[in-house]
Amino acid sequence: MSAVEEVVTEAPAVEAVPKRAMTLGVGTSLVVLAALVLAPLFVKNFIIFQMTMLLIYGLAVLALNILTGGSGQFSLGQSAFYAVGAYTSAILMEHVGMNYALTLPIAGIICFGFGFLFGQPALRLSGVYLALATFALATAMPQLLKLGYFEHWTGGVQGLVVTKPDAPFGLPMSQDMWLYYFTLAITIGIYIASVNLLRSRSGRAFMAIRDNEIAASAMGVDVALYKTLAFGVSAGITGVAGGLGAIAVQFVAPDGYTITLAISLFLGMVVGGVGWLPGSIVGSAFIIFVPNIAEGISKGLSGAVFGVLLFLVIFLVPHGARQVAIVAQQMLGKLKKN
Amino acid sequence: MELFTNQVLAGIATGAIYACMALAVVMIYQAIDHLNFAQGEMAMFSTFMSWQMMQWGVPYWGAFILTLALSFIGGIAIERLLFKPLAKAPVLTNVAGFIALYAIVNSVAGLIWDFTIKQYPTPFGSSPFLGSQLISTHQAGMIGITLLMLVLLFVFFRFTRVGLAMRAAASLPESARLVGINTSWMIALGWGMAAAIGSVAGMMIAPVVFLEPNMMLGVLIYGFAAAVLGGLTSPFGAVMGGFLVGIFENLVGTYIPGVGNELKLPIALALIITVLVVKPAGLFGRPIVKRV
Amino acid sequence: MTAMLNVRDLRAYYGQVQALHGLSFALNEGSLTTLLGANGAGKTTTLRAICNMVRSTGAIEFEGKPLSGRSTENVVRLGIAHVPQGRGTFTTMTVEENLQLGAITRTDKKNIVSDIERMYAHFPVLKERHTQQAGTLSGGEQQMLAVARALMLRPRLMLLDEPSFGLAPLIVRDLFKILGKINREDKVTILVVEQNAQLALELADQAYVIETGRIVMSGDAKDIATNEDVRKSYLGY
Repeated sequence: MSAVEEVVTEAPAVEAVPKRAMTLGVGTSLVVLAALVLAPLFVKNFIIFQMTMLLIYGLAVLALNILTGGSGQFSLGQSAFYAVGAYTSAILMEHVGMNYALTLPIAGIICFGFGFLFGQPALRLSGVYLALATFALATAMPQLLKLGYFEHWTGGVQGLVVTKPDAPFGLPMSQDMWLYYFTLAITIGIYIASVNLLRSRSGRAFMAIRDNEIAASAMGVDVALYKTLAFGVSAGITGVAGGLGAIAVQFVAPDGYTITLAISLFLGMVVGGVGWLPGSIVGSAFIIFVPNIAEGISKGLSGAVFGVLLFLVIFLVPHGARQVAIVAQQMLGKLKKN
Repeated sequence: MELFTNQVLAGIATGAIYACMALAVVMIYQAIDHLNFAQGEMAMFSTFMSWQMMQWGVPYWGAFILTLALSFIGGIAIERLLFKPLAKAPVLTNVAGFIALYAIVNSVAGLIWDFTIKQYPTPFGSSPFLGSQLISTHQAGMIGITLLMLVLLFVFFRFTRVGLAMRAAASLPESARLVGINTSWMIALGWGMAAAIGSVAGMMIAPVVFLEPNMMLGVLIYGFAAAVLGGLTSPFGAVMGGFLVGIFENLVGTYIPGVGNELKLPIALALIITVLVVKPAGLFGRPIVKRV
Repeated sequence: MTAMLNVRDLRAYYGQVQALHGLSFALNEGSLTTLLGANGAGKTTTLRAICNMVRSTGAIEFEGKPLSGRSTENVVRLGIAHVPQGRGTFTTMTVEENLQLGAITRTDKKNIVSDIERMYAHFPVLKERHTQQAGTLSGGEQQMLAVARALMLRPRLMLLDEPSFGLAPLIVRDLFKILGKINREDKVTILVVEQNAQLALELADQAYVIETGRIVMSGDAKDIATNEDVRKSYLGY
């Protein structure tokens, strides 16, 4: 417990993941993409809806991954950004009558600003302190949304009902399927942008800060700017995910965005592999499906079953899905040699 | 002015709860270097065990001592079984482990003892303390027990060899191994002690908040906040932090209009964070040395 | 005379990288041996491998007992004290607490007190500062504290990793004098890793030269000191 650990210079809590290791190869990417494009053609609407949520939470986990895996900052407040995005979309659609697709960039921009501003005081905090600060944000958000002052816009405790959009141009597909492809397109766009971001100058700056903040600043990286920027980008992406989420579930209410959501997103990141962007979708699958599986195994003990399953995962692969991918890659490599 | 004094007094009374919990938080932080999110649940489970013993007819102090011992053993067992295998895993994976433990303990307690609220006895009675309506004898007793634990911890860490070894293992594990300290067991011991302190906290808190599986949720958050505010390296700071958080919370509720129970927590946390932004090591934490 | 420490075919790894490639050497009881080599030759790794702080293969025997499979703390409990590079000072504790930690595995409480006094006799400056936080000591004082802490174990063998690192030349001389005295009077076998080859060779009676994870030369310190190659590579004249 040396005092040294209390400042930002503590040994990075997040492992250094090299840039290349943060993404997938081209071949694998294409296979995954094909699966995502073709799958909805063969399943029921409810499953399509679940796949849409998979992508949406995947985006939110990806956003946290950029923040934590990329710049080494920890956040338990992602649910707050998600809520702001969701409410922005919902209010713009229902009160202003704006087209759903247009609300998303606005949600993203507002959340970016919000995250960027929040990143300012967070600059002084690290580790558990930052966790506590973001946690405060997450607990405050549902309460703020319930406040009487905003009730006209937010609908207070009741929340707002959001209309589900139809497929445009008279395309012959269900609302669910259209929304799925719409979400998929946005997800792919954001994923590619994120990969490029991490490969860019800014991405290198993020990682330098993650690995050694003092060395980074000595190299001329504007630590304060990039740390707040990472918060902004992460919040922005989370906001878009929140907006999509509002459209997909057709409803926003304060209690949908509690600390539980933030904790889920955190677990999604760990299960997917911290700093490994493709893992986000695996993590998202974990947080969507495993609670259901747990409930299926035992209703009364669903929490315990969930906990046990989570322990199993982190015992088997402490580095998350990334570890599975690495092992698979090594095995493939060996096969190729033989 | 009288309102103010009264609120401060009431704040100290609630603060005693947080101080108690914060002490357990600091204990585990000293041993393992992170905050254990499942700590509140472990304390809740211990409290239920003591309640069960009393239902079976064990007298209060007998149940108290037995629970203390069982919690100590339980804490060690949890570390050996669940967290020792994760010793080499990344920190965030360990945090996920705490969340998993939280889910398990909460769910199991709910299944065994269900979610109805139960009365929990106090050995100190609940009449007004020294004629004050604001602090009951139970709350005074709780403050007394918290301070007693603080003194015991101070003596343990300062004057015993095991305490010295634990501090060494926590501050520099590699050097500690090089003087022959089994750091792995020191961590287990830390878990055991934290669980035992947590069980005392639970048994002191239960008469106030009533016994049920979710009783520690709010308390733990305030306990964390108190520990962080006071400085995670200082048991004394944690206790002071607990009282301060209690006072904070009460004053916020009294003087800021429109703050219901719901907004008390975020505002109290925001205040704490403001303090931390100014003083990142906490009020009583060790001064910061910035090293490359 | 039988060897006190026997190292055979020691190989050590950091992840995929092999740092030692089959090192063999022996230390005689009561000897003062130095391990010389350039940066990255594997000196520190050798010491760390003896204490099982790095993954390694090969056989290491201390007084006939194999060390492989023992945890670091169990190696230490056999009487092997290791003064690590960077000194490993418990900076937030007092000087006296640091010394007590050195003796934490001992059960003879009475002698510990007198041993602390003995350390203060060796290093008077530590006595002056015994209630001070160890982190506030200067580099030289911290090095003395590290040596004293190691001696508090009453070790049979002491491993020192670059004790001269970052110290002023005069202080290094003092320190080495004390090491020599400890070796002669307290009968502690010493293995010291050094970059300051000249001083180390003056002090030691045995020397090994290590290059890229292999022993390339061994013998009497005096012979090594006069060796042409060593002179050119390590002594610089």
